[in-house]
Amino acid sequence: MKPDIAISLEHIDIIYRARTHAVGDARDSGPARAGDYHAVSQATLSVKAGEFVSIVGPTGCGKSTLLNAASGLLQPSNGDVSIFGATLTGLNAQAGYLFQQDALMPWKTALENVAIGLEVAGIDTATARDKAEHWLAQVGLQGFGARYPHQMSGGQRKRVGLAQVLIRNPAILLMDEPFGPLDAQTRQIMGNLLLTLWAQERKAVLFVTHDLEEAIALSDRVVIMSSGPKSTIIGDYRIDLARPRDAMDVRLDPGFHAIHRAIWDQLRGEVMKAYQGVSA
Amino acid sequence: MSVSKRTLLALQILVAVVALGIWHIGSSVPIFGVYFLPKFFFSTPWDVAARIVKLFSGKLIWKHLGITLTETLLAFVIGAGGGVLVGFWFARRPLVNAVFDPYVKMANALPRVVLAPIFMLWLGLGIWSKVALGVTLVFFIVFFNVYQGVKDVSQTVLSNARMLGMTEQQQFRHVYWPSALSWMFSSLHTSVGFALVGAVVGEYLGSAAGLGYMIHEAEGVFDTTGVFAGMVILAAFVLIVDAIVTAIENRLLVWRPDAAGRNA
Repeated sequence: MKPDIAISLEHIDIIYRARTHAVGDARDSGPARAGDYHAVSQATLSVKAGEFVSIVGPTGCGKSTLLNAASGLLQPSNGDVSIFGATLTGLNAQAGYLFQQDALMPWKTALENVAIGLEVAGIDTATARDKAEHWLAQVGLQGFGARYPHQMSGGQRKRVGLAQVLIRNPAILLMDEPFGPLDAQTRQIMGNLLLTLWAQERKAVLFVTHDLEEAIALSDRVVIMSSGPKSTIIGDYRIDLARPRDAMDVRLDPGFHAIHRAIWDQLRGEVMKAYQGVSA
Repeated sequence: MSVSKRTLLALQILVAVVALGIWHIGSSVPIFGVYFLPKFFFSTPWDVAARIVKLFSGKLIWKHLGITLTETLLAFVIGAGGGVLVGFWFARRPLVNAVFDPYVKMANALPRVVLAPIFMLWLGLGIWSKVALGVTLVFFIVFFNVYQGVKDVSQTVLSNARMLGMTEQQQFRHVYWPSALSWMFSSLHTSVGFALVGAVVGEYLGSAAGLGYMIHEAEGVFDTTGVFAGMVILAAFVLIVDAIVTAIENRLLVWRPDAAGRNA
């Protein structure tokens, strides 16, 4: 079919069902009921192999929901998800997922956290630990292997998370506002680290953020989502800034400003709508 | 508010000295011709100390301590093991939990001391009736904590584990188990304490050996000194067990922020 398309989301609908009270009812189905929430409606998006695509939208617009559909953690109510041309059933085994919240296992050291992805795949502990050392060095954390997550800063934990995902060499990277909780400087440093690692082995990246500047600085394409409910994709912008980029310096580029203005003109309306929806 | 370790220790010793002083004066110095703490009811610190020394110079006390320790350990191991298994089972099977919930609450609400005579009837006067009493106390503490621990697993950590390619079994080993274990250990002090309570109360109500039996025997002949000596030994025993538990906890829970803080 289209094996050069890493992620293809077609006419995705995601409806959160009103809670049922039956015990052990894992999957709700059947006709729509009062209280259902129609989060995403008819969203279509594709990411080519090696392409870096960001989804930007106002808070609560279903960006993360869409990402979860691509990961297989969430099954869309309607529509098709295919990964490298094959329809996705169950979890997306070709994707690595970087979460917004702390996702490291707090009872494992940094090294153990990074090595675990290989160990559960049946690779022997010594080899897995060697590779984990290598990946910790790649994310700038050489010598931090023995630390537990609570002994590290937020930025360091994100670096461990990145190493944990990349050690499995996934063809697709899904990132859900991964640098959201970090301070502005650390975000930019992490952005640069991500670009450096991405340049080495171009993986398809789907990056969710509410920060338009971050999205433009990192991506090949920026996709805009409308405010919820029934949010969908309303804009798709190609970012033709030269690579390799520096995530900090690129913000000073005149081209950056032109793109930023064009996208912001559209995004602004959605942000205001979302804001009014919340305050009403 | 912060006090140096040495000052703190000095203050703690001061409390003991004052308490012992009041006890000594009340029981051995007549004030206006009256003993405020008559020897018959309160004994004296010196008599109690002398009795403890005498007890430890004999062999019998070690047998009593050994019996109580055995009962405590057995009650803890069996109760904790059962609590972990059932806690996991209930947490992973909502239907089972929903069906048994009222019965669990009922059993937990029951004052366990009333079960002691039944256990003696069923299991005799040996150690097993005491172990059974301890088990009923330990089981519920561990059960509730493990259940909470499994339910409390961060959804993000779990999703991450799944995306990292873990099978059900691997999630159990690397996510659910450590989380439940950390909750179990946070209740370790309480559950070991309750195992001991079960053992001593059981011995007190009917047995031929153990610290509870020793105290009960002394009470039977109005030997106040013997009762106090037994209580002091019991308290020291609890402190030692608690110190061992703290050491185990610090070793196993190094990854937790508060445990590490205590080490520093």
